[in-house]
Amino acid sequence: MMKFITKHSNQITGVTGALIVLGFMGRLIKVEPVEIAAFAVASVIAAVPIILRAWSALKYKTISIELLVSIAVIGAFAIGEFEESAVVTFLFLFGSYLENKTLKKTRNSIKSLTEMAPTTALVVSEDGSVEEEDVDFVDVDDVVLVKTGAQVPVDGEIVSGHGNLNEASITGESKLVSKGIDDEVFSGTILDNGSIKVRATKVGEDTTFGKIIDLVEEAQDTKSTAEKFIDQFAKYYTPGVLVIALIVGLITRDFRLAITVLVLGCPGALVIGAPVSNVAGIGNAAKNGVLIKGGEVMNVFSKVDTLLFDKTGTITKGETRVAASLDVEPKSEYLPLLARVESESDHPLGMAIVSYADDSDVNYHDLPLHDIDTVKGKGIKAEVDGRQVLIGSRSLLADAGIELTTDQADYLSSLHEKGNSSVLMAINGRLAAILGVADIIRPDVKETLKKLKQLGIKQTVMLTGDNEKTARAVANQVGIDEVQAQLLPEDKVEVVKKLQAEGKTVAFIGDGINDSPSLTTADIGIAMGTGTDVAIDTSDIVLMTSSYDELYHGFAVSKKTVLNTKENIVIAIGTVAFLLMGLIAGFIYMASGMFVHEASILVVIFNAMRLIKFNTKPKQVDEKLTDINSISEPIK
Amino acid sequence: MSKAIMQLDELSCPSCLQKIQGALEQQPGVENVKVMFNAAKVKTEFNNDQVQSDQLSKVVTDLGYEVQSIKVKE
Repeated sequence: MMKFITKHSNQITGVTGALIVLGFMGRLIKVEPVEIAAFAVASVIAAVPIILRAWSALKYKTISIELLVSIAVIGAFAIGEFEESAVVTFLFLFGSYLENKTLKKTRNSIKSLTEMAPTTALVVSEDGSVEEEDVDFVDVDDVVLVKTGAQVPVDGEIVSGHGNLNEASITGESKLVSKGIDDEVFSGTILDNGSIKVRATKVGEDTTFGKIIDLVEEAQDTKSTAEKFIDQFAKYYTPGVLVIALIVGLITRDFRLAITVLVLGCPGALVIGAPVSNVAGIGNAAKNGVLIKGGEVMNVFSKVDTLLFDKTGTITKGETRVAASLDVEPKSEYLPLLARVESESDHPLGMAIVSYADDSDVNYHDLPLHDIDTVKGKGIKAEVDGRQVLIGSRSLLADAGIELTTDQADYLSSLHEKGNSSVLMAINGRLAAILGVADIIRPDVKETLKKLKQLGIKQTVMLTGDNEKTARAVANQVGIDEVQAQLLPEDKVEVVKKLQAEGKTVAFIGDGINDSPSLTTADIGIAMGTGTDVAIDTSDIVLMTSSYDELYHGFAVSKKTVLNTKENIVIAIGTVAFLLMGLIAGFIYMASGMFVHEASILVVIFNAMRLIKFNTKPKQVDEKLTDINSISEPIK
Repeated sequence: MSKAIMQLDELSCPSCLQKIQGALEQQPGVENVKVMFNAAKVKTEFNNDQVQSDQLSKVVTDLGYEVQSIKVKE
């Protein structure tokens, strides 16, 4: 019975609507029996689903909005106000229908994400036969076959075959990645070409993709303090209205007034106003690569005035490379010797030099190497291919009596001013080369920081374990206000706490495990999506592709969402005030009251829907949207 | 303690959420009910000895909400 009615509630609404039209026509042509019959029948038909819902909730000791409406309608019917009862029930049903339709739209951004999740898998059994199974029934250690164009259904390792994968759904990078045996693949990514067999290590909701969906779904229902308050309020408000109506009825002895209070008291726009803004805002952010973990996060983030940045991996990419060189000797002469020595080292500078040599197609692997000696804090001495080599700082060379010319010294200090680390090399007692090694700064940092300031950020600070000079050089390049260098992870936490004590609302942006304490301590922790899992788990916001556009979008959309929520609360409270005044002044009755209620609910939903389309960079957002579309196509 | 995740048809009113939450919490052996309004999902932990997952799904169906699928983790 209940199911039948739920399924056909649209038809019921339609029939009621038609009957009401018939009723008004009856009045127009002054055929009273038609008028009364039509309104009465409409009331009964439309009241049935409402009363049933009210009853089922009451069985579980919950006083629902439906109960208020039911009592009012039965009351109106009892005193012969068939027109009122018919219109109220119809508006209530029709309103829920429209709410449903429009709410669906606000949830669409999440839907498009969940629809990207794989649904079936080709499981290879031990005898080699392949069977298609629902992805829920795939177990860890099962081997699945992935064909060209198909989606990887699990997280796992490739056991045979190789191919190019599009990992945009996980990393946001649409560049194809080539993978072979023993490489890790992720659920939700797409095999662009080739054919692979994958042994599952994680399935279903434990996969990285499953976690992302879970995170966003949870986020949309993680309530802000305002919402929690409204929820709590609604819990007592609905029964409260029932009591007030009873009191009004007893005092005034006006039955009609009492049931009108029931209808007007329905908590409509107030309950739905705040959540609907958050859903739309979080959905918008997720679509633009920003995972925001809940309404309260948006609320606090919108108030942030101080941004703290980690340097390596956050402002910079954390990938060092040789950015400049002064070749005293020809490159072909010194680079093989240099690379041969550095290939023995795992120092970041050394690795940058080795990859520089590899990129330059220099052959150094077979050069004979003897007498390696590390000079602490200064560099390395060695004999390579029969020549005496010094690699390291200026003072290492000075100790050996090698002085720089004025030009060379100027070059060296210009490297440092640009934030490079330097490596000097001498062969047989003469300077051969000066190399500048730099960490690559992420694109758009400078522009984004400028735009964030326009949105209300007052102070930007860089916190780093690196030395002061390099840190300052990087900060100057991207336009950060303040630098605190040579900090340990616990020092960073202290800085966060100090700023908070000064009354600032602080967001910390970082990527590594060492940043986790600061991410948790700060009012808002923002993790780079390409960073470590720990950082992502402990943060409040994740920037999926670690881009600064996302940081800006996240901040802008949070501000917009909070504003939108406030607008909705004002609309909702305004509606209640208007209805009350209308009731006292005597121009609002049951049916018109219900109409204003339903209209206000639609207004707050439509207001929230403006957030779905909000964007900060029209062009780029469009590209991302088409990306998502092209991914979801093969699955449908 | 088992964990069940139910996927429902779209939820349209926040009061449905309260109804489902309240109804499930009153079932014996049920702890920790979480109704996710926007995802239309119900996550709940329950004691297998006292109540079965299909009973829980019936409670939700009786309230008038279709349960599309239910996943149970022991």
